[in-house]
Amino acid sequence: MERGGLVAGTTGRRSRGRLLGERALAAATATSAVVPLGALAATVAILVFEALPAIRFNGWHFLVGSAWRPGDYYGQPVRTGGVLHPAGASYGAFPLIIGTLESSAIAIVVAFPLAVGAAVLVVEKLPARLAGAVGFCLEVLAGIPSVVFGLWGVLAFGPWLARDVYPILAHLPNVPPFDIFRGNVGHGLGLLSGGLVLACMIVPIIAATSRDLLRQVPEATKEGAVALGMTQAEVFRTVQVRWVRTGVLGAVILGLGRALGETIAIALVSGSVLQSATNIYGGMTTIAATIVSLLDSAEGDPTGLAVRTLAEAALVLALLTLLVNVGARLLVRRAARGAALPIGAGF
Amino acid sequence: MAAGTVPVSGREGWGGDRFGPSGGTGSAAIARRRRLADRALWSACGLALALVVAPVVWVLVEVVEKAVPGWRWSVLWTRSTGAGGGLSNAIVGTFAIMLGVGVLAGVVGLGAGIYLSEIARPNWRSAVLRGASEVLSGVPSIVLGYVGYEALVVGLHWGFSLLAGLIVLSVLVVPYVAKSTELALGQVPLAYREGGEALGMARTRVLRTVVLRSAVPGIATGIIIALAISVGETAPLIYTAFWSNGYPTGALLHQPVGYLTYATWSFYDDPSTAVRALAFDASLLIIVVVLALIGISRLVVRRAQRYSPERAQGAGHRRGQVGVD
Repeated sequence: MERGGLVAGTTGRRSRGRLLGERALAAATATSAVVPLGALAATVAILVFEALPAIRFNGWHFLVGSAWRPGDYYGQPVRTGGVLHPAGASYGAFPLIIGTLESSAIAIVVAFPLAVGAAVLVVEKLPARLAGAVGFCLEVLAGIPSVVFGLWGVLAFGPWLARDVYPILAHLPNVPPFDIFRGNVGHGLGLLSGGLVLACMIVPIIAATSRDLLRQVPEATKEGAVALGMTQAEVFRTVQVRWVRTGVLGAVILGLGRALGETIAIALVSGSVLQSATNIYGGMTTIAATIVSLLDSAEGDPTGLAVRTLAEAALVLALLTLLVNVGARLLVRRAARGAALPIGAGF
Repeated sequence: MAAGTVPVSGREGWGGDRFGPSGGTGSAAIARRRRLADRALWSACGLALALVVAPVVWVLVEVVEKAVPGWRWSVLWTRSTGAGGGLSNAIVGTFAIMLGVGVLAGVVGLGAGIYLSEIARPNWRSAVLRGASEVLSGVPSIVLGYVGYEALVVGLHWGFSLLAGLIVLSVLVVPYVAKSTELALGQVPLAYREGGEALGMARTRVLRTVVLRSAVPGIATGIIIALAISVGETAPLIYTAFWSNGYPTGALLHQPVGYLTYATWSFYDDPSTAVRALAFDASLLIIVVVLALIGISRLVVRRAQRYSPERAQGAGHRRGQVGVD
């Protein structure tokens, strides 16, 4: 206002017009800025509201029980604890939750070393042109839609794993940690295949972040380490790893969030079995895949409990990813404060 | 760091003291072990890179191999029937969804980015808005799809409809547009704004003619990402836009809309070969659109780098440093 008067100088009317313009812009953009907060609040509120009857009916059993029985849709509904439900209905989401966590864990364990290794090579060894090509590959990998990954997993990747890779894994020595690979290798749709497809999907997130962070490590620091007589492997361990680890951790957790919530690819590749995997190759499902696969048939429940139970599942998934995201932010912030070396920007 | 591996010979004298168990083993053995460790690291990295790049190539080859041999151009202008036909309805639907998300998420995301970068004071309120946006971008798309279904399709009686799909997808991508807008605006040099204000421009005019214009590449990249996401997403649309064998009528409500990802998702295991072929054709088309969007964003970034204010300013800054400092 002071500035408006000062600059415009002569006419009060013009500065009033300016003020009005500024106010209108501020109001319009502020409204937009509130949209994400509003959408988030509405999402949580709707989920909680929808899930309430299911939470009351399923109780704690929902988190620990393993049976997913919608009950008899066509019989006379029964009322238990004030909630109308089909006779024989009982929902336990433990296999879904475990499936979500297991497949995401596999994805992280596989994707993390691959992504970081590739990023190190790109930054330290590859000429600019090749590095650009790899960057393009990462961009394409990040851009491939999950349904295409799912299709590839079902028709090409999964069957190949079951034919050529899993038999070898299954014949590894029967000692920890290799003993998890024992058992019937199945037909290529299941926990390990799902985890590996998820790994492909989160690799670009971790690799691109690691690459950008590694590029920010000052040459002088690395040169100092070389001047001390270290090999590149030693420079990597003593300088680069410490410099980038917080940021890379952030990217890993971002990838974890993506893996936990991935729906379509895992619905196609998991084998879609409403139970925990019997071995690492076994069919399984996740919370997200269950929601997308069962919502249609859940509409057949005349009491609405099946749909509301899916709302409860969605709420659990939302809280899980929320926990991961918020946890990641706190962790990275704390690590950034306590670190001896400057932390790469971005996280 | 120019050399591939640091030569380790000729340092045995202190290398033994520093890195190995003192005495005993002999310094040459230690040097060899360190060299081997170095080789092992780079071999492992090479393997990792190969394993990262392989899926990209394999997915693309797989889709092309499955779609191209049986490709019929008529897919582009024939509608789906239950038993085959083409994908023109899904193509039109996908572009309608892209356009709608581009407008809706573009306007809201741009506004949010402008507010957070230019207007809001850096206090707890803007921190909450920014944090909410980041948390929202972490909410799984199926959760948003489910909520959209319950609230819009069922709750508001919109039925399966274009608008329900658009709103859910826009909520999904607004955080990306807002974030990239905010970052792009934040990188516009302060001197530009000061120059504008020194000329007597109103703040809104400085924003419009100077600041926004120099941030266009960054904002455009954000919107392109949003478009790529809306082409590739399936989960938020299945229960909001659903699917239709007909073209979008332009009606926002009560009319389901077809789109390409649905064709892949639901046709791939159809008993009919003609329908199965459509699943692959749809995948190919999605990938072509996504690659085109990536190409466009690369062009935008390259153009922006050529005319980048940072580059011009950076050079001036360095020149200035030599003289002034």
